[in-house]
Amino acid sequence: MELTRRDAAAALAALGASGGVALGARFAADRGERPEEDGSRDGDDVPADDEAVRETLTAVASVVYPSEVAGVSEFVEGFLAGRLDGSAHATGVRETVAELNHLANTWHGAPVADLDSADRDRLLREVGADTAEEDPGGTTAERVRYYVVNELLLALYASPTGGELVGIENPQGHPGGAESYQRGPQ
Amino acid sequence: MSGAESVGDERSAPDGVDRTPVTDADVCVVGAGPAGALVADRLAGEREVVVLDAGPRFDPEDRLARQERAIRPFYDRPDVWGVGGERDAHENAGDRSYPLNHARVKGVGGSTLHWQGMVMRLHEDDFDSASERGVGADWPVDYADLRPYYAEAERELGVAGASDNPYAPPREEPHPMPAFQPSYSDSLFAEACESLGIDMHSVPNARNSEPYDDRSPCVGYGTCQPVCPSGAKYDATVHVERAEAAGATVIDRAPVERLEHDGDDRVAAAVYATPDGERHRQEADAFVVAAGGVETPRLLLLSASDRYPDGLANGSGHVGEFFMDHLFAGAGGTLDEETRQNHVGFYTSACDQFYDEADESQAPFKLEFFNYAGPSPVESALTGDDWGDALRDRLRDEYGNHVAMGALVEQLPDADSRVTLADDRTDDRGNPVPRIEWTVGDRALDTIERANAIQVEVLEELGADVEWVAGPDATGPAYHHMGTTRMSDDPDRGVVDADCRTHDLENCWIASSSVFPTSGAMNPTLTIAALALRVGDDVAGWLADES
Repeated sequence: MELTRRDAAAALAALGASGGVALGARFAADRGERPEEDGSRDGDDVPADDEAVRETLTAVASVVYPSEVAGVSEFVEGFLAGRLDGSAHATGVRETVAELNHLANTWHGAPVADLDSADRDRLLREVGADTAEEDPGGTTAERVRYYVVNELLLALYASPTGGELVGIENPQGHPGGAESYQRGPQ
Repeated sequence: MSGAESVGDERSAPDGVDRTPVTDADVCVVGAGPAGALVADRLAGEREVVVLDAGPRFDPEDRLARQERAIRPFYDRPDVWGVGGERDAHENAGDRSYPLNHARVKGVGGSTLHWQGMVMRLHEDDFDSASERGVGADWPVDYADLRPYYAEAERELGVAGASDNPYAPPREEPHPMPAFQPSYSDSLFAEACESLGIDMHSVPNARNSEPYDDRSPCVGYGTCQPVCPSGAKYDATVHVERAEAAGATVIDRAPVERLEHDGDDRVAAAVYATPDGERHRQEADAFVVAAGGVETPRLLLLSASDRYPDGLANGSGHVGEFFMDHLFAGAGGTLDEETRQNHVGFYTSACDQFYDEADESQAPFKLEFFNYAGPSPVESALTGDDWGDALRDRLRDEYGNHVAMGALVEQLPDADSRVTLADDRTDDRGNPVPRIEWTVGDRALDTIERANAIQVEVLEELGADVEWVAGPDATGPAYHHMGTTRMSDDPDRGVVDADCRTHDLENCWIASSSVFPTSGAMNPTLTIAALALRVGDDVAGWLADES
């Protein structure tokens, strides 16, 4: 099933984006406090740039999205074009991607995008993102679950194409109109 | 701003807003929920009106981020609108724990920000429970008294409905908008109900089925409860903005801590706090308390004085007593066919057939046919330890064939079910927090079983495997706080009179479901709105007489 830029736009319509506007005071205020580091993060990490975020999330999407989904790169790129704004969320994504790549380099000798699919899957499980509950201010595992894995799953399954994969063309979060609930199975 | 954690910090961020009192105010309204907003809008064109609300103004630009909070598992329901913490601390002491902070939103718009938006009129017998059903209390007003206000409330909120409900009370005109069409799953239920002789009909929604009042029609976000990003669902910011356009002043983050009275049994001022730590006195000729079924009695109790040692407007001793909610009864299961759930977050068909069978032993109840049974795939996708094809397969297995019914059941007023002030616990400003003792009597519990029996019968007729039943042991509140400043003609038996004016203080009204002597089983907000419009008229008349 082909994901399109339209799906990316639909995901953004569901989740919101304002596009590159940094709102100074609020940006600082809503970053919030981070708990104690869990020791797996290099204090010298710097937030990933947009290109690294796109490459990394596209690579992770190839693992967490179903195998029949095509057009992942364009979908992720389109989605992130709106998500990587000046918000605290965008900062969290960048920082967490940098952490994940640091771990990929340390444990597997290459950033996430350069790992093969099996190693990406293994890395995510080694980090603990499979069993962690998402938490934007939690451990590395919880933040990878929040900012990377669930970020991608939310984008996919709140879009019409992602919804259709599991039987609902107007999933929660998608403004797909007030007619689909009236229709029977196709 | 994108991202659920990017929601603005309206509760504590400095904002430079002038929150000093308004001079020469005619009316001070406490609370910017639907009741306060409607009263303010009613009076703002002719009078100097100031509205004080304990919570913040919410940025409309944050609605998608709040929706993301509603979907993401990290966030609990109170997180969506920033409820909780010491500001909203409370105690539970009754038979049943009451999840107060799941049941309210503090801020401009109040709990209509997170409500589902169902707006039925109470039935005629609901106003005469003691006379017609032999239990509860009669209201000092009848359906006929409220009928024109119900019609006006439907226009103000924007209600989509139809006149196909043979059990609804009489109405004088069509709803402002056509009803939402039945869902696909409604059509499945219809066959089962027809064979059982159970009637289905449309249900009125405070949600635009077409463009109305410069607001969008429903676009199917599916997260109505707790947030509608499109604005199709009515919320009280509509009337707050209208009141402000007409000249009203709305001060947010200004919790009223006490009402002060003068020597003539009139309220003289509302004392409120502001984020800078200051306290102010808002004087006015008339006061309308519209702070909901818990904070309204709390404010009156906090306002105790030497003259009124048991709290303001509490000559009857009933302030805080008779706390009621509607009880939920439900059942659900799965079919061996697709049911098309979770496209929208509201329901489109109901059954009021059994409502007026109510008597001493059976409470009124209504049945609802859900359009949101079973899991929402996008929410399920964010939990579990699977991804890729395994996750897709799980979502396919989980979604698609669920059905469910709900019901709301009346509970009788009971003086022992009540809101008081906690002895030892205080909020962020040092004021005693509300203490809730919520009790539910046998009539309601027995009626839940009756509703369950009908629900299971319908589901079995439908061919469903019934997988859960929410009966007397699993019931919970519908988040409708009622009864704590009850209405009565007799000053010894109630806090407010038939005009919702306090018996003890002639310039103080209460606009809230807290004045309901009984609750019926219909969602309360349309009745709250009708009473608020009526309060607005009464205040206007009183002010005219005074001047």
